[in-house]
Amino acid sequence: MERILKILEENCRITDKEIATMLSLDESAVARARAEYEKAGVIMGYKACIDWDKTEDESTVAMIELKVTPQYGEGFDKIAKRIYDYPEVESVYLMSGSFDIMVLIRGRTMKEVAMFVSTKLAPMEAVVSTSTSFVLKKYKENGVIFRKEPDDEREVMGL
Amino acid sequence: MMDYDRLLSQKVKEIKPSGIRKFFDIVAVMKDAISLGVGEPDFVTPWHIRDAGIQSLQEGKTYYTSNWGLLELRTEAAAYLKRRYGLEYKPDSEVLITVGGSEGIDNTIRALVSPGDEVLIPEPSFVCYQPCVLLSGGVPVPIETKVEDEFKLTARQLKEKITPKTKLLILPFPNNPTGGIMEKKDLEEIAEVIRGTDILVLSDEIYSELTYGLKHTSIASIDGMWERTVVINGLSKSHAMTGWRIGLVFGPAPILQQVTKIHQYAIMSAPTVSQYAAVEALRAGDKDIEYMCGQYNMRRKLMHEGFNKMGLTCFEPRGAFYMFPSIKSTGLTSEDFCERLLREEKVAVVPGNAFGDSGEGHIRCCYAYSVEHIKVALDRIEHFLGKL
Ligand SMILES: Cc1ncc(COP(=O)(O)O)c(C=O)c1O
Repeated sequence: MERILKILEENCRITDKEIATMLSLDESAVARARAEYEKAGVIMGYKACIDWDKTEDESTVAMIELKVTPQYGEGFDKIAKRIYDYPEVESVYLMSGSFDIMVLIRGRTMKEVAMFVSTKLAPMEAVVSTSTSFVLKKYKENGVIFRKEPDDEREVMGL
Repeated sequence: MMDYDRLLSQKVKEIKPSGIRKFFDIVAVMKDAISLGVGEPDFVTPWHIRDAGIQSLQEGKTYYTSNWGLLELRTEAAAYLKRRYGLEYKPDSEVLITVGGSEGIDNTIRALVSPGDEVLIPEPSFVCYQPCVLLSGGVPVPIETKVEDEFKLTARQLKEKITPKTKLLILPFPNNPTGGIMEKKDLEEIAEVIRGTDILVLSDEIYSELTYGLKHTSIASIDGMWERTVVINGLSKSHAMTGWRIGLVFGPAPILQQVTKIHQYAIMSAPTVSQYAAVEALRAGDKDIEYMCGQYNMRRKLMHEGFNKMGLTCFEPRGAFYMFPSIKSTGLTSEDFCERLLREEKVAVVPGNAFGDSGEGHIRCCYAYSVEHIKVALDRIEHFLGKL
């Protein structure tokens, strides 16, 4: 049934009936599997992938590397939760390597992001240091390359 | 004034030009036409294969190779055929690398056919066999495969067409355009007819990796057939490498020596950069094949369901990436259907008669397109049928 996930990951607007045809399954079986995946949290949502750079929206994204002191008995989970509860925060990862937590933040302006870091993240007592890098241009995100689909260069007809 | 008509080769002039040219001219001036007309994969060659080609250029491998092709590639090709189809060929004398399967087909026919020899060609099929036979002075003898036989060549049909002049049988399976395949038991029946005759076989297995639900069997693996069969294969369809122009020819050494002689004088050697990419493809590309074949299979089912729903009878193809629905119920000829579909709904498909007279009453639709593309094209075809 993971084949259903593969298809949805490519194109979540495809109907259950079309998936059923493509995989030689019953439509009802696909609907059931999809519902179960949703319930189990395997399918976490059906979002459009949007290239905001092509819109009027001027928002900006930054990656912030945090060094933190893990808390006794809680490890990094507690501090991670305090961070990801902010709606500005898009992603939070615990990292191996020279820093501990990676935070992705979206803000309207660079200033807004910088303010968030200096007033919200940096003052947390577990945070030892922060290092902020702004995204200048997006090439590829979640497997989607951000450029116009290249035209089909094949001959219109061939034998 | 030069009288070209008198000067040009009579034989070449008599060959019919491909019937789809006029559709190109219409499409060329048409905005937002969409196509199901291509004859090749929509995938770009997998990156690791392209990278191997680039690597060879960076290393300065820009010379001719041996006429037969790089020994390294012939060795990989032999290993590939053994691994996938259980066929055994010696890399040093029974494998030739050509410029696409196309060149392999041409050279093989030229090496085998003498003037007056009859060549049996199951039709509908790919368009190059008949002109190649004519250029050799041979006589093409079409055998019409039928939808009620799942577009297979039957032993009975074959027997009816064999005469003392029959030199060669062409076996174009998995078939472009019908999607028909020959299973092991079908091939055994054909072999039963051929064994004990002097008839040779050219088996065009370029779509051998693209079968759905059943693995491909080569006629060369059937008892008594290896020694009379030339197998044509290649990387165009299996590895999405049409533009690289690499074909593989396998056969008994005495035949391949003659085939290679033609190749040597006409071509020298297949492009070197492509040969290096092909080494990588055959060595490490089996998982790419599996992925692409899986994708085609899903699209195949989607398109087949689509045609069924709109009431066009359509054989469920079992190989390659084409669908060959009958449009007889519309009362239109294939060409009229295709021309009106193009003008009125802006969808390009190939008229069935391009693949031989027996293809009349059908259209060929390729499903090497994205799911979204296929859905839009099917909607337009359905709309077109509704207006008829
Ligand atoms: C049946 C068949 N044989 C051979 C070829 C030639 O392929 P290539 O010359 O790219 O190997 C094609 C291409 O469409 C084909 O459909």
